[in-house]
Amino acid sequence: MSQQLTGIAASPGIAIAKAFRYAHAVAEAPERAEVADASAEAERFRAAVARSKTEIDAIREATERRLGAAKAEIFEAHLMLLDDPDLVDAVLEQIANESVNAEYALHEVTAMIVEMLRGMDSEMLRERAADVLDVSGRVMSHLQGRAYATLSGITEETVIVAQDLTPSDTAQLDLDYVRGFVTEIGSRTSHSAIMARSLELPAIVGAGKAAAGVPHGATIVLDANEGRIVVDPSAEELAAFRAKKEAYDARTAELKRLASEPSVSADGVHVELAANIGGVEDVAKALENGADGVGLFRTEFLYMGRSSLPTEEEQYETYRHVLAKMNGKRVVIRTLDIGGDKELPYLALPKESNPFLGLRAVRFCLSREDVFRTQLRALLRASTAGKLNIMFPMIAVASELRQAKALLAEERAKLAREGVPVADDIEVGIMIEIPAAALNADYLAKEVDFFSIGTNDLIQYTMAADRMNDAVSYLYQPYHPSVLRLVRMVIRAAEREGKWTGMCGEMAGDLTAIPLLLGLGLGEFSMSASSVLPARELIGRLSRQEWAGLAEEALQLGTQEEVKQFVEQRSLV
Amino acid sequence: MLSETFTVIHPSGFHARPTKIFVHAATQYNCKVSLIKGSKKVNGKSSLGLLSLGLAKGDEVALEVDGEREEEALRELGGLLSKIYEE
Repeated sequence: MSQQLTGIAASPGIAIAKAFRYAHAVAEAPERAEVADASAEAERFRAAVARSKTEIDAIREATERRLGAAKAEIFEAHLMLLDDPDLVDAVLEQIANESVNAEYALHEVTAMIVEMLRGMDSEMLRERAADVLDVSGRVMSHLQGRAYATLSGITEETVIVAQDLTPSDTAQLDLDYVRGFVTEIGSRTSHSAIMARSLELPAIVGAGKAAAGVPHGATIVLDANEGRIVVDPSAEELAAFRAKKEAYDARTAELKRLASEPSVSADGVHVELAANIGGVEDVAKALENGADGVGLFRTEFLYMGRSSLPTEEEQYETYRHVLAKMNGKRVVIRTLDIGGDKELPYLALPKESNPFLGLRAVRFCLSREDVFRTQLRALLRASTAGKLNIMFPMIAVASELRQAKALLAEERAKLAREGVPVADDIEVGIMIEIPAAALNADYLAKEVDFFSIGTNDLIQYTMAADRMNDAVSYLYQPYHPSVLRLVRMVIRAAEREGKWTGMCGEMAGDLTAIPLLLGLGLGEFSMSASSVLPARELIGRLSRQEWAGLAEEALQLGTQEEVKQFVEQRSLV
Repeated sequence: MLSETFTVIHPSGFHARPTKIFVHAATQYNCKVSLIKGSKKVNGKSSLGLLSLGLAKGDEVALEVDGEREEEALRELGGLLSKIYEE
């Protein structure tokens, strides 16, 4: 009979191999003993620390060689712990003051630090307790004259089963044989989970005490896409998982290949598949997924989760960092879009009875020039770090665009007078998310470098239906001909002026919408990073010319259902 | 003694890497370096002390330097508090 366990899917993939049980020697609380010579005991502790440092330094070097400097950094942090006054000096003090054995003092100090870290309300910091335990466990093993457990030396295909894996464990995994791992404790932000993702190793963490019962050598299936573990699978289960693994691995390999390919349709039309980001932390994922650029950087996240406005310097640091990381690829940065459902308590804005139709986004910025100018200056200063596009949200009429552009020009002139360099190829565009702007796009197109259609709001305003209200959620209809005709109107207006049109709402990454958008002539699709590769794969199978005709047909239909059916019958999604 | 308040902007807060870099820089100075968040004050030359503040993005932290080359320390270490680190 097979046994089923579940845990947290920490790193995707499917692994099938023999279970390898791995445990550190149980760290039982060492006995407290008086020592006759406290200074000799302190010396013994210092020697154990020194030996641990030598070992950790060797692991650091090996990790740097194998996985690069960034992955080896954790061991520099470990080395610092062995110099830390709060750890080392505290142990030495206890030995001196109480004439107590080093094992006991180390255990006491470690326990206190671990308890402090585990009490923190940040997951990330609670995880640092694992680093302290790793380092302290190694010193303890030297004090006790035994070897610290290690995972090197595995010589057959295995799935590791452990209570937890320390940083020094994961650094020593032999990827020729280790196919994945399961831990009893941990979360998606545990060191072990982060490491598994960067090694592309299937992993399930937090599987609980039940994982302790997995016998060494048993066949184990890890479906780390779903957080499922099967121990001793039946022949049928095994066959099913093998087939699933094969399909998953083939698909992953194909998408991975596409990550470094251009975004081009079957008939050779190049488009830009970009990623939406909310901050610096999302850039790595955009690049990993092969995004051609950033089509929407939502800067409101810089203003949220704090108690005062971000300074020009802080914003500059963020924008510069994102532009540099994208390494010359286009980055469309949207100026502050606050209001609606996004509040900033420290601005103490008056309550509005209809916030989605109120003082939000560029309307707010034009009413608070001080706030707006700070952001524009930070953007202009950062512009030399990469390819910057600036985008104003919620433009309804041309006068708003003109005011925003005038402020931008004033700040640019000020910087020029101050001798601060600013790039001269910054494109300035607007979001089209208000039907009035879509209908007037041919006029607006003369005064912008690009449009980006924000479908989430465009649909909500076109349908006059709050997308947060479940009672009217049926009206959120991205494929409705009314919405599609507005999209076409915007693209055509831009084309006539030789400008480009992008889209940065959820619709841009929707596999049913993509054939129509490609056919209508959309040039840039910006979506969540995880949608980029499936979109690239789909576009590679579509003919732009064929879909130009099909899209016109679809736009003659009367309902969203008809459009959806029309596309799905023809696009082989 | 000099003191100034900074806002953390590194997305994932002060965990291993920023802490390591800050402590490394702080230990290059002979002056006393303290960090204060709310009512908690820690030694800026201890990575465990710094970690125990649990500095997250958006948090305000006061930097206090006292002793030799304190002006230089305030400038350099303050910059490290309000900085985005490579991941």
